[in-house]
Amino acid sequence: MNTPVRRVAISVMVMILLLLANLTYVQVVKAGDYRNDPRNQRVLLAEYSRQRGQITADGKVLAQSVATDDRLRFQRQYPNGPAFAPLTGYYSVLYSSTGIERASDSVLNGTDDRLFGRRLSDLITGRDPSGGNVALTIQPTVQQVAYDQMTAKHFAGAVVALRPQTGEILAMASTPSFDPNPLASHNTKTQQDAWKADNAADPPVLPNRAISETYPPGSTFKLIDTAAALQNGYTPDSPLTAAPRITLTGTNTTLENFDGTPCGTGATATLRDALARSCNTAFATLAGALGPDVLRKQAEAFGIGTSGMTIPMPVVPSSIGDLPDTAALEQSGIGQRDVRLTPLQNAMVVAAIANGGTLMAPHLVKEIQGPELETIDTTKADRIGQAVPAGVAATLTDLMIGSENRTQGGGKIAGVQIASKTGTAEHGNDPKNTPPHGWYVAFAPAQNPVVAVAVIVEDGGDRALEATGGSIAAPIGRAVIAEALRAGQ
Amino acid sequence: MAAPPQAPGRAPAPPLPTGRGIELLLLAFAAVIVTGALVIVEANQEQEVTTTLLWLGLAYLGLFAVAHLAVRRWAPYADPLILPSVALLNGLGLVMIHRLDLANADRASLLGNAPPSSLVLRQVAWTAIGLALFMLVLWRVRDHRTLARFGYTAGFAGIILLALPGLLPASISQVNGAKLWIRIGGIGIQPGEFAKLLLIVFFATFLVQKRELFTTAGRRFLGMEFPRARDLAPLIVAWGLSVGVLVFESDLGTSLLFFGILLVLLYVATERISWMVIGLVFFVGGAVLAYNLFGHVRVRVQVWLDPFSDFNGNGYQIGQALFGLGTGGVGGTGLGAGRPDLVPFAESDFMWSSLGEELGLIGLASILVIYLVLITRGLRSALAVRDSFGKLLATGLSYAVALQIFVVIGGVTKLIPLTGLTLPFLSYGGSSLVANYALVALLLRISNAARAPLPQRPSVPQAPLAQAATELVQRPAAADEARGAQA
Repeated sequence: MNTPVRRVAISVMVMILLLLANLTYVQVVKAGDYRNDPRNQRVLLAEYSRQRGQITADGKVLAQSVATDDRLRFQRQYPNGPAFAPLTGYYSVLYSSTGIERASDSVLNGTDDRLFGRRLSDLITGRDPSGGNVALTIQPTVQQVAYDQMTAKHFAGAVVALRPQTGEILAMASTPSFDPNPLASHNTKTQQDAWKADNAADPPVLPNRAISETYPPGSTFKLIDTAAALQNGYTPDSPLTAAPRITLTGTNTTLENFDGTPCGTGATATLRDALARSCNTAFATLAGALGPDVLRKQAEAFGIGTSGMTIPMPVVPSSIGDLPDTAALEQSGIGQRDVRLTPLQNAMVVAAIANGGTLMAPHLVKEIQGPELETIDTTKADRIGQAVPAGVAATLTDLMIGSENRTQGGGKIAGVQIASKTGTAEHGNDPKNTPPHGWYVAFAPAQNPVVAVAVIVEDGGDRALEATGGSIAAPIGRAVIAEALRAGQ
Repeated sequence: MAAPPQAPGRAPAPPLPTGRGIELLLLAFAAVIVTGALVIVEANQEQEVTTTLLWLGLAYLGLFAVAHLAVRRWAPYADPLILPSVALLNGLGLVMIHRLDLANADRASLLGNAPPSSLVLRQVAWTAIGLALFMLVLWRVRDHRTLARFGYTAGFAGIILLALPGLLPASISQVNGAKLWIRIGGIGIQPGEFAKLLLIVFFATFLVQKRELFTTAGRRFLGMEFPRARDLAPLIVAWGLSVGVLVFESDLGTSLLFFGILLVLLYVATERISWMVIGLVFFVGGAVLAYNLFGHVRVRVQVWLDPFSDFNGNGYQIGQALFGLGTGGVGGTGLGAGRPDLVPFAESDFMWSSLGEELGLIGLASILVIYLVLITRGLRSALAVRDSFGKLLATGLSYAVALQIFVVIGGVTKLIPLTGLTLPFLSYGGSSLVANYALVALLLRISNAARAPLPQRPSVPQAPLAQAATELVQRPAAADEARGAQA
């Protein structure tokens, strides 16, 4: 009987080996898949059981985790939710995360390489591990003013304010906004209800318009035409057509100035005048004369067409479109057709002009801090390139002052010279009967800039078809500049 | 036991090593591991680490020290590795059940419910009862061969116990779809666990008595000797029994277990591989039949093939178990630092995934090795014991453990379809624990018989040489032949 018993013993060992082989498959080969499966809550629960770091701006807490006595030991809170939501994003059990919560997740949850030393000491000292903090470049009061200005009249749109010399983002508002607090609730029902409401909202509240939406820039694009022209033989006094309307090259389509008026009183208008009056015919003709390559090169020098930009949230690339023929080029010259910029990109254009032509990389994170607010890493200002020579930038500033002085709208600041350009961009399938987007891009003080802003108000704001960039966007831009100047002192 | 009479003027023969010292040392080692595990759980769950834990560890050691003394008294030559293996498994099970208790209490307090009753205290009580039965068996069953006398009684009792829950009303016997229980006054017993032991005793008795019947030559086919058709009757009865369990009690695991054990015993008794072939044909036939007849079997198979396609329904348990095992990975999250409570029935049917999440592949492999030690020491006793009944009984008992862990672990890790069985000594469940302690007591009894020195023939007192009468000594013929062969 011993031979069969030995064989039974061998079969038992085979069974154990089978189990071990299968366990190895489950716990080694498939382990990553199982661990990271979205239906597996374990990693998330582990993440929640650590204290996530804060998001702060100039000492003000924008997002923090406070201890609770429920299953997910820490509750994420956003003290001033909607105004800062485009920056912080949300951090939700069910719906993942957005904004800085997502982009700087490794710092906030403490797994970032820069926090390695800290983790090691946590391990040795037995301290509860906690995440690092992210300090933003945002000026909270500027952000608040931008948000309040936009929401006071229930405008949909975005405001971006940059420090031209460094690329620091001082404000980035997107309205209407959402409250990230219910999305971070530990109550599933609360989360689901908020998510449903946020997704059903019209206009949409979840996207950060400043970086994830592109809009036709309209007349603000004339700054790029002018920048290219000044480097290609034109001066501020070069004559351009003053015709109230022109026919696009090779087509029967007419293109006319705002309200069909001629550009000034003469047969021609100077470049300076044409920009100040924002004459469409002049710039369409100018863009056609410059040619597609010159225009595209200039646009690219300002950062348009760059893909993969992060601040650290990813920024949707801006584009001037394909420019297949001269007619397209002429339309694109006044920022219509396929030209589409993010509000951030438009702010970068004026910031480069304000900074003597040097384009700085926009960024939102000022520094990474350890759990005790000790600085671990500081973001250095990063120069992208020279968008225009310093002389051209100075001329552009001069021309933009002329434009600002002709721009309507309230909020002018006594004693401060702003350099600006407005835009009123047509869009939609029936452009003439669709309320236009109003733009205002500016920097101030003109000779010693400390802030550059871009404001877009969607769909005519409260003026419907009558809206212009000057009437709806300019007052907001000026208010933001005023607050930035006040806060900067 | 009287010491064998010693011849005067001779040095006593050196005592054979009994292994009891090693057993005690290993038990102490198991106590250290279990206490360490408990301390880690408490630390990770942020409970206060106090000297109470040390006392708990010592109490555990004390409990098994008593069992050790019983072995020393009643089975002094028993295998020294079996009891420590069992003690370690049982101890780790208790630690894990305690850890899940903490998680359940945590959840209850979050939901504002009253704290659930502590499972670990019950399991400790069951451990004590199990050890009491263990000692009772060692004390009362002084020679395993006496069990053969009760073989048919055991078989009868086993079938009654097995059938009982199936015949009782569901209100008493049904838990989670399977009718396996007898619940009276808050205490539930799974008679099937005890029936398992009784039926193994019966099978062993029956097969030893009727061995010739099964070895009668039949037809040769494919190089194997097949039995005559009429000798298939016992196999068909066992098969019917298994199917009956499946039909009336909806218990796939027990059904599989009984059939597998009988098949292996039949093979060991007859030394004929043809029984295995016939048995496998019956098994496949039964499996196909069950798949086509029973919805719950089909569901099990579908969940096995793809648990994630119905993650929020039938696949939830296996899916969560796999997530737990995957999250644990090679090293595990550490005892008390994972979320094994996310798997339903984490302390009973899914104990394995709970352990896997927190101890990782390394921990699970170690536990498998402990099981392997237990099983191979049992089979080793089967090889060494001198009587056929003992061999069959030891093989049956060891194989019962082996097949059970294969079916449970294979089910939880998606190697085979899931069946509802518990892991011997690790899972929460009183009946299983108590019955398995009786099983281990029988194994120790057989191993004692296998390792005990042969009873010496009473030596004939020899007269001093001077007074000895001349004896005629004849050279043994066998020795002659051997010498001739050498030459």
